[in-house]
Amino acid sequence: MPVRRLLALLVLVGGPILYLSRRREERRERAHLYFDDGSMVTLERGAPEAERLLALARDAL
Amino acid sequence: MDAASALADLIEISSQVDAAVVLDAEGAVLASTADDPAQGERLGAAGLALLSAGDESPATGARSLTQLEVALREGSVFAVREEGRSIVAATSPEPTSGLVFYDLKTCLRTLAQGAEEAPAKPKRRTKKADAGA
Repeated sequence: MPVRRLLALLVLVGGPILYLSRRREERRERAHLYFDDGSMVTLERGAPEAERLLALARDAL
Repeated sequence: MDAASALADLIEISSQVDAAVVLDAEGAVLASTADDPAQGERLGAAGLALLSAGDESPATGARSLTQLEVALREGSVFAVREEGRSIVAATSPEPTSGLVFYDLKTCLRTLAQGAEEAPAKPKRRTKKADAGA
């Protein structure tokens, strides 16, 4: 019985932590474009333009 | 300094760079740190495709794209182009972007300086050419 409780506690606490950390890591996936005039644009994951760049970079790694 | 030496210096200086490729204006690989030539070709092609995709992005508009970084969980890919040459690098996750860009640009500038300083090879005179003159 204590083992089952421990497992349930692990799932209850560990699950959300794992989910949140994964989402946080996914949000870090982004593309930065730098231009000749000194400006910079960041394309976040989820934007169609960013997805193309992320896929190309994934192929390279 | 040739491209291979410049890349060797880059890998020695920058601990964050795992692999790098230098490309000429036509996109041909001048030098690569990868042991497998196919791996170098793949990184170079991906870098050119990234620069091309960046050029075509609506976010670019009328501006000219000079460098980019794509950050993934597995690592980052950097591409910088300057005076016809490009350099593409793969790094470990969460690199110090500013430092990596600085090292890549230094590598390209070293190559450009080397090309300027290299004396032009004198044309070899042949008897046939002399006789014709």
